[in-house]
Amino acid sequence: MTNPAGNSFDVVQPGPMTLIQDRGRYGFQQLGVSVGGAVDIDSLDLGNKLVGNEQSAAVLEILLGGLDIEFARRTIFALTGANANATLDGVPLAANISYVAHAKSRLVLGMVNGGLRAYLAIDGGVNSPEILGSRSTHIASKIGGVEGRSLAVDDVLNIGDSISSNASGLVLPEYKPESSSTDPQNLTVSVVLGPQDDEFSKTGVDAFLNSTYTVTDQSNRQGLRLDGPEIESKSGRYDIVSDAVVNGSIQIPGDAKPIILLADRQTTGGYAKIATVATVDLPKLGQASPGARINFSAISVEESQKLLTDRTEHFAAAQIHKLADPISLGVNGEYISVGVADNGEAKIADVDGETYPVSIDEYTPAE
Amino acid sequence: MAESAGPDDQERTYPRVVPAGDSAILVELGSEIDPEINSQVFALADSIEAAEIAAVVELIPTYRSLLVSYDPILSKYDEMCDRLDSFVTELDAIVEAAGDAKIVELPVVYGGDDGPDLGSVAKHAELSIQEVIDIHSGVDYRVYMIGFAPGFPYLGGLDKRIATPRLKTPRISVPAGSVGIAESQTGVYPNASPGGWQLIGRTASALFDVTKSSPSLITPGSKVRFVPVQSHD
Repeated sequence: MTNPAGNSFDVVQPGPMTLIQDRGRYGFQQLGVSVGGAVDIDSLDLGNKLVGNEQSAAVLEILLGGLDIEFARRTIFALTGANANATLDGVPLAANISYVAHAKSRLVLGMVNGGLRAYLAIDGGVNSPEILGSRSTHIASKIGGVEGRSLAVDDVLNIGDSISSNASGLVLPEYKPESSSTDPQNLTVSVVLGPQDDEFSKTGVDAFLNSTYTVTDQSNRQGLRLDGPEIESKSGRYDIVSDAVVNGSIQIPGDAKPIILLADRQTTGGYAKIATVATVDLPKLGQASPGARINFSAISVEESQKLLTDRTEHFAAAQIHKLADPISLGVNGEYISVGVADNGEAKIADVDGETYPVSIDEYTPAE
Repeated sequence: MAESAGPDDQERTYPRVVPAGDSAILVELGSEIDPEINSQVFALADSIEAAEIAAVVELIPTYRSLLVSYDPILSKYDEMCDRLDSFVTELDAIVEAAGDAKIVELPVVYGGDDGPDLGSVAKHAELSIQEVIDIHSGVDYRVYMIGFAPGFPYLGGLDKRIATPRLKTPRISVPAGSVGIAESQTGVYPNASPGGWQLIGRTASALFDVTKSSPSLITPGSKVRFVPVQSHD
């Protein structure tokens, strides 16, 4: 996959599962092709915005951390999603800010906390081949990404052409992804009842809405299997003639406990669906690890659409800012621009427009 | 996969238009597997597609319902429901105007390495191998929907005489193009995958090719005809 003409990075260690993902593969569900895409789409969008990419650019979705890569050339990047305890050439990095890496710079992620998945957005996007209009990796059908699989040692991934101002040190202070604004172990998830909530008894629907469910370890990008009180159907059966499902469909199979379908779901399913997760709450589920507790709260379709519209407009309106405010500094007759900043999460130094992490605990701003 | 009717058919009336969250609407035309209802689903899908509604993202026709996924930023729920109701009201005329189903012919080598279970299907049916082949290839199968995996067709119309239970132990890998029988269903695997169907033959036709803009040879609403051939040449 090496492209000598363009930028690239090498995978030194892939971590437990690192996947190329974008917003998903639409238009082929009627042919059985799963949509896929980032499960925490807010973090995908934020990362792409911080590095100046189009919303459609592909990023790395890093389950649990552990990724170790080497950049071939100067590259702007940003980490979003779960805190990955990452370092650039040994210096600790913060999430939700863009940094610059230089040729041979090593980016190393530790174990994530505060969620399940970190996202690495790179200026220009990960430029793997587009399959049916998307770069998203769908492992079950071996479509997209690198040969339809997760990244492996010694993969070399191309980076697309930058369309941005190529600036580092950018933050989006007015915006926090839904997934990082909430405790990923205790979630309240808004749902719209239906399309087949009338398959369930009143007792069943009440149990669904008034109980706490726990994410089990039989959960993945296809869906979250939950444990908790049983949800009674009217007939005692849970099967229906298979029909289409959506991102966030909540199926109740024969064991009467919910399964929330996520990005890598199959396109159709044969269980009645009691409710559908509000689109704004899906990213939280992408960060919910086994043991996380979930309470469901019913809202109307109109309310759910209002939440989505508000969030979309808020994100579009949020402005990126340079975190540091550099000054011009004369050193032996040469002038350079220098800035330092600490917003409580990120400590950075900005030198001639390039933003680097700094590891010092205290510094004295230049006068 | 289940084929039972919903429990509340006395209470429900079809067609019904119900929300599947904030970005999709499900149009249910019935609760059972029925060729007439399925034809209505495809006719409805075709007419909505032809209308080129800007907010519509994707249509997913299945046995008895059509999922319309849409962009709620462009069109709100009430507006989309009204729009879809106007199609549903015209359903009879839409079905009337629909064309005949396209027939996809798949050349199949029956038996041998291509269909290792043909003998056990014949034995179970108490028929000769040739009779099983004649029965299986003598019908055009309706593609009720595609799901489960890319290009995997749910076919209807298998002759009950050759219905056969699944294998007791599923195979770890079934070759792409394998034609099988499971209970009263027949189908063809577009890609190599694990599977418990009784394999009676195999087609060399490429069923799913991601490099094509129309990746699936078999499309929803078409019909599949298995044509016996002696070799894959």
